[in-house]
Order: sequence, then C-alpha cells, then structure tokens
Amino acid sequence: MAADAGVTAISKDDDVLNEARAWREGGRDVAIATVIRTWGSSPRPVGSHLAIDSGQNFVGSVSGGCIEGAVIHEAQEVIETGKPKVLEYGVTNELAWEVGLACGGQVHVYVEKLD
Amino acid sequence: MKTETLQRVLADREAKRQFALVTHLETGGQSILYLDGADEGEIEVDTGLRQAVENAIRDDKSGTVPGTDGDMFVEVFNPPLRLLIVGAVHIAQPLARMASVAGYDVTVIDPRGSFATDDRFPGVTLVNEWPDEAMPPLDPDRRTAVVTLTHDPKIDDPALAAVLRSDAFYIGALGSRKTHAARVERLTESGFTADEIGRIHGPVGLSLGAVSPAEIAVSILAQVTQALHDKERVAA
Repeated sequence: MAADAGVTAISKDDDVLNEARAWREGGRDVAIATVIRTWGSSPRPVGSHLAIDSGQNFVGSVSGGCIEGAVIHEAQEVIETGKPKVLEYGVTNELAWEVGLACGGQVHVYVEKLD
Repeated sequence: MKTETLQRVLADREAKRQFALVTHLETGGQSILYLDGADEGEIEVDTGLRQAVENAIRDDKSGTVPGTDGDMFVEVFNPPLRLLIVGAVHIAQPLARMASVAGYDVTVIDPRGSFATDDRFPGVTLVNEWPDEAMPPLDPDRRTAVVTLTHDPKIDDPALAAVLRSDAFYIGALGSRKTHAARVERLTESGFTADEIGRIHGPVGLSLGAVSPAEIAVSILAQVTQALHDKERVAA
C-alpha cells in the first residue's frame, strides 16, 4: 500500500529522466531518446523517453519493444559523436525489414547526448 | 541536452510549473519556455513559436512545430492531472490507488474525520473539511476530475454546487438513477441550468456490471479516462 508513490512515478515517466540524470552524475555517458512523432497505431505516445548509457544499459521505452534494440545501437554513435539525430521507423522505411513495427505504425525518435 | 537543462526540467516539474522543453531538431539547441511568459536557453523565441508552445501546453500535447529555421520538438511538462474524490468511503480506497497508478494526483475530501484517515488512505492528500469550503481553494481546472461518492446530499450537493461552474473535465456522482433524479431536482431548485447539471455523470462510471468497490473504481476511472480523451477522439 505504501508503495503508491513509486508506482505513480512509473506512469509519469519520471524514472527515465531521473535515471538519466543519476547515471550522468555518476560519471556515465548517457543518451536520451524521445518519441517526437507518431503515425497510425504506435504503442508509446509522443514524449516517451528511453535513456541509454554507453554500456547499453537502458530504462524506459519508445515502442512496445520492437525498435528499442535499434535505438540503443544508434545511441552509441550519438554518445561518441555528441551529434543528435532523428531516427525514423515504420512501414515506409527501408529499416522496416530489420526493425519494423509489428503494429504497422510509424515513429520518429530524437536521440541526443546528455552533455 | 545539457545536464543543467535536464536538472532544470526535473526541478521545474517537481515544482509543478507549466512549461515546455523546445528542441531544435537539426542543431540540438534547446530552450525552456514557461507558460507565464519567461524563457531560458539557446533558441531565439519569436511570437509565432511562443504562441505554438503556449497552445501545446494548454492542450497538454507534445509535438513538432515548424520554426523559422527548422522543425522544433515541443515537449510539454504539466503538473499531474488531479482527481478530487468527495467521500472517504470504501470505493474511494481502490479508486485513489488506481487513479494514482494512472498518474493522477489524488485528493480525498470528507468532513468526517473517522473516514478520511491516513490509515485508510496511505499517501493520499486528505482534506477534513466540508466540500463547499474545501473546493474553492483546490480550484478545479480543466485538468481536474471530480467524483462524489458519499451519496449523502449534505456532503455531495455542496461539492457539486462548487464544481458545476468550474472547468473540471469530468464530474461524476455516485447514486442510483432514482438518487440521481432527486439530485437533479435539488440542483435545479438551487438555480443550476440543465446544461450545468447535465455535466454530471450519474449514475457514475461506465456500465460494466461492476459490483465490488474495486470494480466500481475501475468503471469510474474508465469513464474519467474516456472523458479525458474524448476531445481528441472526436478530432481524429
């Protein structure tokens, strides 16, 4: 019963940004991925976050699990170069064969390094 | 993103301010824009951008907007939605917990001290006052849902009277059809219009055949969710 506050935090997405800050303050290299556009059915709304470190640890989500692997991979480059990028996934994208969305939706994800 | 920017976002969110983090998607430049007019950061904010950001904050909708030199992502940070429950009754216990899981800041109002106790409502804000005193300072806005559960007119009616002319996005009142019909009559006598009274969802909750307090809480939270998203669904 007393755990209510913690449960709320998850639904508010609090843990992802807080976790990213905690990782950074602990000296780790961190990237933050954010859903910036969606079309059709997509499991996570605009504004959803995924935080990734250089050891490929991650917290949060930007889809129902279908593109996280690819985003975590791309995030490594963003951490190295420091340059943000927009990743596009969906049925019209060539990546669809590799990491398509089972739901048939499309999603754009912005990935940036936490400096 | 600069660590200072993230720290600021987290601190402002903790302080329950209304703001947006604006990101230039090509350069990665960022600014924080507050609904009260201030801004802070690397992006030059013109009138068009400020207007778009203020609309996004008011609509509670993050998204991409065109800027003068490229697309901007506007991430809205608003305080949690609020649920004001009138009546610290049995149904209020599962409803407070479920609504909390769904992201609501829950307040339970009941003048009867033996009902609204921390033991019965751990972690919930409790107000031991009559609703006509408790409601105005809580100032129900368009991001607030109100549910009355006592089905005692002495407690529910003043609560409804205090919120029927507010911007609350949802107003629900527990009680059978008969109870509700009597309530409509009383509120009409008190001078409320049919449109105002028509805002009340009564009997409260989606019709799920719910029986137990937890099931009734599900039906209420489901209806609140439906009301919250109705505008978008109609627009889509």
